[in-house]
Amino acid sequence: MNIPAALKKISNTVWELPVTYKEGMLVPARIFATDKLIQEMDAGVFEQVTNVATLPGIQRYAYCMPDGHWGYGFPIGGVAAMDPGTGVISPGGIGFDINCGMRLVLTNLRADEVKPRLHQLVDRLFARIPTGVGCHGFVKLNQKEFASVAEQGSRWCLNHGFATDDDLEMTEEGGCFRGADASSVSDKAIERGYNQLGTLGSGNHYCEIQVAKPENLFDAERAAAFGLTIPNQVVIMFHCGSRGFGHQVATDYLKLFLSVMQRKYGIKIVDRELACAPFHSPEGQAYFSAMKCAVNMAFANRQVILHRIREVFSEVFQSSADELGMRMVYDVAHNTAKLEKHAVNSGNKELLIHRKGSTRAFGPGAPGLPECYSKSGQPVIIGGSMETGSYLLAGMASGAEAFFTTAHGSGRTMSRHQAKKSFRGDKLQRDMEARGIYVRTDSFGGLAEEAGDAYKNIDEVVEATELAGLSKRVARLIPIGNIKG
Amino acid sequence: MPFEFRGDIAHADIAFNAWGETLEELFKQTAQATMKVMVEDLATIRASEKIPIKLEQSNEEMLLFDFLNEIIFYKDSKRLLLLPEQLSVTNAGGNYTLQATLQGEEIDAARHRLGTDVKAVTMLRFSVTRVQQGWQATVVLDV
Repeated sequence: MNIPAALKKISNTVWELPVTYKEGMLVPARIFATDKLIQEMDAGVFEQVTNVATLPGIQRYAYCMPDGHWGYGFPIGGVAAMDPGTGVISPGGIGFDINCGMRLVLTNLRADEVKPRLHQLVDRLFARIPTGVGCHGFVKLNQKEFASVAEQGSRWCLNHGFATDDDLEMTEEGGCFRGADASSVSDKAIERGYNQLGTLGSGNHYCEIQVAKPENLFDAERAAAFGLTIPNQVVIMFHCGSRGFGHQVATDYLKLFLSVMQRKYGIKIVDRELACAPFHSPEGQAYFSAMKCAVNMAFANRQVILHRIREVFSEVFQSSADELGMRMVYDVAHNTAKLEKHAVNSGNKELLIHRKGSTRAFGPGAPGLPECYSKSGQPVIIGGSMETGSYLLAGMASGAEAFFTTAHGSGRTMSRHQAKKSFRGDKLQRDMEARGIYVRTDSFGGLAEEAGDAYKNIDEVVEATELAGLSKRVARLIPIGNIKG
Repeated sequence: MPFEFRGDIAHADIAFNAWGETLEELFKQTAQATMKVMVEDLATIRASEKIPIKLEQSNEEMLLFDFLNEIIFYKDSKRLLLLPEQLSVTNAGGNYTLQATLQGEEIDAARHRLGTDVKAVTMLRFSVTRVQQGWQATVVLDV
């Protein structure tokens, strides 16, 4: 039992640790979870979410989402809003894999049309999308061109034939965080990442072919608004981030912040992974700009991968991507910090929202959403484990409680080390195929780490977000094919 | 036991302890543990490339942080799987200098049974401490 005695139940889905729980807490910590999920939370969540509550400038509460688990610095599932005038920016509230995110793409194909060619499709995707340790991409760039990718994100892809206008419209922030200046990024970060555009990576990164079965649609109106209009419609979901480039940006600034935080700014922190700098300091602003470069590289990465996916489907089905209805539902970012306006004390205030392993979930009518989603709310793509399925949700007006943020996945309950000891990748692959899920991977060890039983029950996680008013269920998506690194 | 993976201090990340009688041995063990996350059998890495590195830091901990980051950097930038062949650490009045030759080869999925890509060395529980038999490190890798 990991639950601290001081944890107070505020409602059926909200739990609170008061400021008296730990020295230095400036605001209480709040965790969104059902009774069952709170019992399953690991000790790291309570420790880390209350550490976040000590960061200068934090507003209202330090939050953790229902899929929360032990991370570094912030827990995974962590959310914190800082007053940009008095607060800090912390790479530990964003993660090393800056803008690790999810993209969901429609097709107009039914499962019975895809299944006869499933092996061919998955094999071609596996051959054409680089995956695994240290993979390099197929878009050959020099370092200067890569700097343009970092500054322009999906816009660069549009200008180079890898995107459509509609793709940019269906990406958070149009696929480009404005104000990204590549001069804030080290040469080392560029050298590490310039060969990796269009690569999936490894760990929990994957590209999956899924089916939206009629019995798994929870909200027919929103499902239709999001493009799910055909019974047993096939969709493609994928998850990846900013690769070595983003990892190096985060590492560089973690080191810089550790060196100036206390000496120059007198900030004391309880965990070195929460290294930070005042948002308006030169170091804070440089990191904010570098982080945006990594965010943009991740948008471009997913965009180039989408281009490849379209090529593969076109080739296998002998039809153009347009004819196959391969339109994006949306692209959401998990690991970012962003200036957004939120209602605080009856006024609208600009806040720096850190989201670490959590998803922005704007409700209906929110500015910045594509017009086609103004009535439905923002599509939220929740990646489950490769065995159990994923979800498409919608943001809700009541999400204002957590600065319009919801969960990002199912959340681990078992360490990778334990999963590898408990499961065998090759056996898992055969078992999954017997259940109708064809998986290709570079790494059986990596596959074992991603076994469904290493994760929380995704149905419970999304139900908790709905009960808490953070997001609403639209569709459950069942995997039939998967490539993972 | 030169290094040991731990399931009890990290979930989505990979944690390990490493030990060495000397600081040099400790650094070598942490490099092996880090590489072992990415390649299941380290004996399959041939020594066809050699890269000399020199790093300077004000303490052992940050020196180890930089050292592991160099190995991760070459894995992404040049697709090289590298381990230290020869390595020395000197301390001149609190200025630590590491000189090493990293050796290995380019990733070959046909010969290397690959594991999980290491993204970064985190500061979570990161430590280098003196123990009775020499040195101990705790490292949590983001994967």
